[in-house]
Amino acid sequence: MKGWRDPVALLAIPAIAYLLLLYALPLLWLLMKSFIGPGGLTLKPYIDFFADPFNWRVVWNTLVVALWVTLVCLIVGYPAAFALARAGVALQIAMLVAIILPLSVGVVVKAFAWQIVLRRDGVVSQFLVAVGVWDEPQRLLFTQAGLVLGAANIFLPFMILPIYSVVKLIDPRLTEAGATLGATPLYRFLRIVLPLTLPGVVSGIAFVFSMAVSMYVIPSLLIGDRFQTLSTLTGRSFLFMRNEQLGSTTAVVLLVLAVSVVVGSSWLARRLGARA
Amino acid sequence: MTALERTARLVMWFAALVTVVFLMTPLVVTVAASFGSSSVFSLPPPDWSMRWYQRLATTRGLWPALFVSLEVAAFSTAVALAIGTLCAIALVRGRFPGREAIATFLVSPLMLPGLVVGIAMLQGFKVAGLREAYSSLLIAHVVITLPYIVRTVLASLSLFDFSLIDAARTLGCSYPSALLKVMVPALGPAFLTSGMFAFLASMDNYPISIFFTDGWTKTLPIQMLQYVEENPDPTIAAISSGLVLLAILTLVVGDRLVGLRKLADF
Repeated sequence: MKGWRDPVALLAIPAIAYLLLLYALPLLWLLMKSFIGPGGLTLKPYIDFFADPFNWRVVWNTLVVALWVTLVCLIVGYPAAFALARAGVALQIAMLVAIILPLSVGVVVKAFAWQIVLRRDGVVSQFLVAVGVWDEPQRLLFTQAGLVLGAANIFLPFMILPIYSVVKLIDPRLTEAGATLGATPLYRFLRIVLPLTLPGVVSGIAFVFSMAVSMYVIPSLLIGDRFQTLSTLTGRSFLFMRNEQLGSTTAVVLLVLAVSVVVGSSWLARRLGARA
Repeated sequence: MTALERTARLVMWFAALVTVVFLMTPLVVTVAASFGSSSVFSLPPPDWSMRWYQRLATTRGLWPALFVSLEVAAFSTAVALAIGTLCAIALVRGRFPGREAIATFLVSPLMLPGLVVGIAMLQGFKVAGLREAYSSLLIAHVVITLPYIVRTVLASLSLFDFSLIDAARTLGCSYPSALLKVMVPALGPAFLTSGMFAFLASMDNYPISIFFTDGWTKTLPIQMLQYVEENPDPTIAAISSGLVLLAILTLVVGDRLVGLRKLADF
């Protein structure tokens, strides 16, 4: 093709070559190796993996926690994105700082902080006792609820920002026009606002869900070894159990899961974008 | 206003309040715990003290880990800035097929599970005969920082008016020096913000770094997680507070350069 002779294209070569050689190739190698047994091509590692009920439990744990985290982020993040778009200057600055500042602090720092927050005498427990939800202090650390709360906290900005980026573009005259034409507030929300925000919601869900599926440091610190996810099992097989076979298999399962979330969501976002 | 609209408004402001309090909680708790005298993180602390900060000087392994992290982050950000910017120029100015796909490919390390990327690299580096931890870290972290650079510089470059370069060349600049004198200053804010976030991402990375550490070479997050697992005391909170301070500085600089609202662009 003639286009390939464009000399400007040469400038892209260092970055592309770097990633191809040091990132894409190793990933392909990992993928290929997981299908190659002693006697040629094989699906045996995957058959063995899915034959073990413990591994189904691990996949189930991964998906359930990721779904809960995504749900919590969506419930808090959707209205918060509207507030961010419509807030006055002072509140908007407060919200932007609260969203961006934690993004620049490492995940180890935040997960460690949640270890303190979720203790029996931690702030969450103190708060719930003070408002009368709990009769006595309880420990949330090393429970699933604690894990979901901590992870939702760390991923919430990735839900708010994509939704905010579409909410701020909505023309207020659209809902005013709806009101003039006699649409009720609920109808205006469902037929005008919600469809316009869907692309943002889809990308927010995709961000949070794929990060929650792959998180490693957060479950290691907030729930411990008794609760395994695909990611912690992968890490353990390589770092502690020295079981590279199992680790490669879980890594590929995790990879397929994450890639399908990314591909599926971008397909969905494109469809929604085309319709809107 | 109907009751429904009032409820919706109430939910919105309540969510805003919850967001601010919820998101700031871990940072506030960390800083508070680091100034407490209690070694078991009682909050509010019984007494205030600086003893955990005094301990930082003698915490074993902390300073070497910090320096490894800083060096790796600085190196990988610099390399990513160079090759990422060149690539962004090609993607914006070039007329060759598959530019969209290439952009997606360059940003894709952000979207894949870090642990899987780390394992793949570990095995790939082994095959290539690279076993030394420090150089492996340097090489691997460019893959972490590159997406941040490409994403931001690409966005900023597509708004850049390239006829300015032609103008500079008409006035007697060579092409490289026109790029250097006209484009680089115009892209300054993009370089600085993307560089900062790439730097922080490298400093923060755990799931890839964990495969490239040995007894002598550890990055800060790896060393910190080791402290948390072996001997959790508020010294970690003191280190964390230092990192929070770094994040605040980044935010202030980012706000001065491009504004908070721009930082929130996704």
